[in-house]
Amino acid sequence: MRPERISKTAALGLFKEAGLLKLGRMADEARSALHPEGVVTFVVDRNINYTNICINRCRFCAFYRDADDPEGYVLSKRELFNKIKETVALGGTQILMQGGLNPALDINYYLDLLRSIKKKFRINVHGFSPPEISYIARKADLTVREALAILREAGLDSIPGGGAEILSDRVRKKMSPNKISSSGWLKVMRDAHTLGMRTTATMMFGGKEKPGDIVEHLDAIRTLQDMTGGFTAFIPWSFQPGNTEYQGMAPATAVEYLRVLALSRVYLDNVPNVQASWVTQGLKMAQIALRFGANDMGSTMIEENVVRAAGVSHSVTMDEMIKSIKGAGFMASQRDTYYNIIKRL
Amino acid sequence: MLGEIREKVHSAFRLTREDALKLFRTDDIFTLGELAAFSASTHNGDRAYYVRNIHVNPTNICVNRCRFCAFSRSRGEKGAFELTIEQIIKNIEEAMPVSEAHIVGGLHPDWPFEHYLKMLSAIRNEFPELHIKAFTATEVDYMRRISGKGLKEVLWRLKEHGLGSMPGGGAEIFNNAVREKLCPEKLGSEGWLEVTEAAHASGIRTNATMLYGHLESYEDRVDHLLKLRELQDRTFGFQAFIPLSYHPMNTDIGGEGASGIEDLKTIAVSRLMLDNFPHIKAYWVMLGEKISQLALLFGADDLDGTVIDEKITYSAGGVSRRGITEEELVNLIRASGRKPVKRDSFYEPARKWRVKA
Ligand code: SF4
Ligand code: SF4
Repeated sequence: MRPERISKTAALGLFKEAGLLKLGRMADEARSALHPEGVVTFVVDRNINYTNICINRCRFCAFYRDADDPEGYVLSKRELFNKIKETVALGGTQILMQGGLNPALDINYYLDLLRSIKKKFRINVHGFSPPEISYIARKADLTVREALAILREAGLDSIPGGGAEILSDRVRKKMSPNKISSSGWLKVMRDAHTLGMRTTATMMFGGKEKPGDIVEHLDAIRTLQDMTGGFTAFIPWSFQPGNTEYQGMAPATAVEYLRVLALSRVYLDNVPNVQASWVTQGLKMAQIALRFGANDMGSTMIEENVVRAAGVSHSVTMDEMIKSIKGAGFMASQRDTYYNIIKRL
Repeated sequence: MLGEIREKVHSAFRLTREDALKLFRTDDIFTLGELAAFSASTHNGDRAYYVRNIHVNPTNICVNRCRFCAFSRSRGEKGAFELTIEQIIKNIEEAMPVSEAHIVGGLHPDWPFEHYLKMLSAIRNEFPELHIKAFTATEVDYMRRISGKGLKEVLWRLKEHGLGSMPGGGAEIFNNAVREKLCPEKLGSEGWLEVTEAAHASGIRTNATMLYGHLESYEDRVDHLLKLRELQDRTFGFQAFIPLSYHPMNTDIGGEGASGIEDLKTIAVSRLMLDNFPHIKAYWVMLGEKISQLALLFGADDLDGTVIDEKITYSAGGVSRRGITEEELVNLIRASGRKPVKRDSFYEPARKWRVKA
């Protein structure tokens, strides 16, 4: 039996008033109703940041470089193929391709890249978050939908939910004024879903948002999901202020992270999976997160340049991840991009 | 499943060994957390303590080479150090304002007992207001051996020269079979308990620790807690219990260390079992800021301090940065829903340097 859907007002009340353990228990129950078999999944993939040159200069981003910066780069095809080859050799099933909005790259670069990857490898390309998609489309003078259709044709399989930050234009104006708007982000996702592509959704909190903004964000995701059903997972993570314009700001604490995670699980009754972010929180916290609503550990094999650039660096072996999942009382399984189980471990 | 234990906790009945094992084995960390938090509130209300302190390691040269210890060196080995008394004074000077100095180090092959006494008096003379919490039972036992004096006399002389209280290190895990594998040369569990009991008898309050997450079983952890509870029943000399999560890096034992859930469970079970301990400390240098903050919801009431230097955990790949500011500590406590209280070394609210927190 599905518990009754929680309203925005009730969610806000819970978020503001409920103790962490109470929220956690609710999230754990919601998780167990959706995943009664007690399996926690992860994907073996690699994060490939094909370029770090970006015109957006988001104020919370420690990763981007200007076009004339000596540290700016675009990966060559050879480097890229090598990374993919290694990924496949290690049992990887997907690559996560994300990068900056690089004015030197046009849609032909992307199409060529996708085609050549697909020609050489049998691997799922999970790539290009909405800010990139919308930039590619704009530069090619195409609608988002047209651009998505062409990219898909060339080999793009699914889309990561990055760039959502907080879907509140009030907050976005402060922290990422040049980035795609909330409605722009949602539109890319809607178009992708209607074309039959699956995507994830993220939320970056711990910046300038208020509790109400978090609930608005969750509601925007839930509403779109009711229409399309295209989101596979929701991934909340906390803003890492190191090396950004917000350096010195206190990052979200562990309690705050778990509260947001738990609320997400409780609110998003139509999104099947919630991911713990060990990359930003560390493995110990990610394990605890499995009791606060998460049923997925994200990816094992990581080249997380964006988070590393902000001075946070954790690394985890598959073994450690499996141990930590089991230690929380769950069974561990490797999954593919679509959350199908590939291997029980 | 935990219903009976809940009854006991709410009616202040003592938990048994079986209860503790059940709590360790449960996946219901919510009930565990609620019970431990309830118990913490009966001891300390909604307060969560921290202290402005400095950690001083006078030397890392040690005649023991415990296998889990990434800190110690042999004499002449790369990275070995020994601080002069002047350097120690200078380090404390630079850390001011702090209300407590926490001093622990290796068992130096050449320093005579008098050196430790000199160190204490020099610090006391220089900083008469500073509380000196110094020397684990292992070190005190070593002083007994190098000085040829009785335990009582060693403790009395230390106290006379300025020792205010003792930290609880060196307890590791009391099960001697495991202990033999971890630190064969170290003072055994009976010795640790003997020195600690003698300290309490001399009016020196101490803490107690437990190193977990290495080779021990749940039974070992529970037995460790029971031994401490028995001693505390006799002496009431313990202030805080500090579970220390083992860090595998750079040690001979290897392994993975405890998971996050294990850390929280250990804090919670400690709070529930050690009903006669006033305080449970989530030592943030060992646990990291994140887990120690969560520990405040699982029975802990103390985060330790604005530690300036802590070589022991760092050499073993500890998870936290070198120091934390008072503001950050207060923020962690607030965000957990507890009330931050800056304390002195006996858990009284600190009078000096009160900040508008
Ligand atoms: S967050 Fe993305 S869009 Fe913003 S500056 Fe960084 S790379 Fe560019
Ligand atoms: S743990 Fe203490 S006694 Fe053992 S080697 Fe390290 S410093 Fe020496």
